[in-house]
Amino acid sequence: MGKKMKLRVTKRKRLSGSVGGDIAIFLMLSLLGCFMLFPIYLSVVQSLKPPEEFFIFPPRMIPINPTGQNFEELFRAAGNMWVPFSRYLFNSVFVTIVVTVSQLIFASMAAYVLSKVKAPGVRLLNRAVEIALLFQSTVTFIMVYMVMAQLNMIDTYFAITLPFIATPLSLFFMRQFMGQIPDSMIEAAHIDGAGHFRTCWQIVMPNVKPAWITLIIFAFTAAWQITGWSYIFSESLKPLPTVLEQIRLSGIARAGVGAAASVFIMTPPMLMFVFCQSNVIETMAHSGLKE
Amino acid sequence: MENMNPETITEKKSEITPEINPETPVKRIEDSKFRYTLREMKRNKYAYAMLSPYFILFLLLTAIPVMMALPMGFTNFNMVNFPQWVGVSNFQTLFMEDEVFLLSIQNTLVFALITGPLSYALCFMLAWFINQLPGVLKTIFTFIFYAPTLSGNIYATWQLIFSGDAYGLANAYLMDMGFLNSSREWLIDADLILGVVIIVQLWISLGAGFLAIRAGFQGIPRDRYEAGAIEGIKSRAQELLYITIPAMGPQLLFAAVMQITASFAAGDVSRFLTAFPTTDYRAHSIMNHAFDYGSLRFEMGYASAICFILFFSMLLANWGIKKVLGKYLDS
Repeated sequence: MGKKMKLRVTKRKRLSGSVGGDIAIFLMLSLLGCFMLFPIYLSVVQSLKPPEEFFIFPPRMIPINPTGQNFEELFRAAGNMWVPFSRYLFNSVFVTIVVTVSQLIFASMAAYVLSKVKAPGVRLLNRAVEIALLFQSTVTFIMVYMVMAQLNMIDTYFAITLPFIATPLSLFFMRQFMGQIPDSMIEAAHIDGAGHFRTCWQIVMPNVKPAWITLIIFAFTAAWQITGWSYIFSESLKPLPTVLEQIRLSGIARAGVGAAASVFIMTPPMLMFVFCQSNVIETMAHSGLKE
Repeated sequence: MENMNPETITEKKSEITPEINPETPVKRIEDSKFRYTLREMKRNKYAYAMLSPYFILFLLLTAIPVMMALPMGFTNFNMVNFPQWVGVSNFQTLFMEDEVFLLSIQNTLVFALITGPLSYALCFMLAWFINQLPGVLKTIFTFIFYAPTLSGNIYATWQLIFSGDAYGLANAYLMDMGFLNSSREWLIDADLILGVVIIVQLWISLGAGFLAIRAGFQGIPRDRYEAGAIEGIKSRAQELLYITIPAMGPQLLFAAVMQITASFAAGDVSRFLTAFPTTDYRAHSIMNHAFDYGSLRFEMGYASAICFILFFSMLLANWGIKKVLGKYLDS
């Protein structure tokens, strides 16, 4: 299997276009890439600078004496809080896993039905999701609050998980990909005796692997950044971003500690992204099940 | 669902439907539409079960709040007293008296017309260029361009770059290289703000749309390109036009909707980056205006009216995109 895959990858090497074109593209992407990475690189640099280096003129792109001092300070501040740091970490990990996994499962099943099953009401739901995608508003959060208050969900884990699961984006995204699966494949599965549930998970999902891996990236990134500012009041339920923001804004705040906090927060989604992406590329080298 | 005729059902029906007998079509046509719908619903009960987890949450925490928010635009609501019905007076005030709102419409349009198409083109071009590169480089570059979205709230760094004193990086280096004589107030100077906000918005705009297009490329089976090569496709441009784009309609539409929505609803960048509101309201978008009234002044009725208008203009834009893209993409 692996051997065959490699073979195809090398054969693919260049079907059209030239090596010169490849190099030109590479150079252009590198240049633009520098612009994209620059602010991120800068925040890493800032987080490694000792305080006295913030006021060197002109500002330096490389710290003279890189130090872990800002991170130490961040964790010291975090360790001194009356709720242990591990609790915040747990909250964030828990919320992220629950939201990502349920978003993936719920949105995939719903997207399968919306794109591949003709049942009364499906068209209406399709429209509803497309419209909801456009409604971004600072006012709905008040209404969300009211609904959650009615359901006694305020200040529980429900408040920082449930509202983030059924996002129109995830469903719309999955639906766009599943719509490309040929109907004949679904019909063949039905004829072989598979119901909707099995068709969805065993036939459709393996064929849209790039889609659901990308969805995991979306969901994970968004879930990891959930703050729950207005829904959570108990200190022991707060997720990590909220707490790091509190540290950054409170008395010990300094540019370095703030940068350390943002570097710390951005690391898990980045690792997750690299892990997922390398996975997609490998698998798609040998799949071609679409018509 | 209403224009589905019984014939297609006969074709589509699977083994789970013993109650529909293809040998008695006359009887089925006699059925009332209501009974027909009911039976169709019963037949698809597993499909509804698969929809339910998503749509129960969607209804409770997205649809109901949105439907509650819309009528709010016709009320006066300060979040303490019960909303008071005021008819269209909020809308009247918005268009007749609120000059800042009219300015914010203008800003949003300028902003959306620049960042929307530009970021969409960037999403597509970059995703395509990346797709031309060999394996590992694909992952690396996708990572680099998506990194701004992954990094989340990193506006503090942009503040450092565009800081108004000589320690701001833009100032320091432009002065060092002789382009500037004295430091510029990038985030305060009324003539510069909109430009700065657009740059940062473009920086952060390679989000869901970009990844969707990347994933779309990854999903195109290799044999199509091989077949194309046999059929005589020579250049990258031909490959793009005849194989890639036709296979990516749904992803291109998704990306278009995402980019347009993002540029119409933009506001976070200027809110976090610059002082709020911006000098002379130069970068004040409709969303900023809604934030101003909703979250700072607690005039929820007025804020809802603003969101209402934004929502309908996005609906219109969305309809326009579908018209334009539908012609080319047949989706």
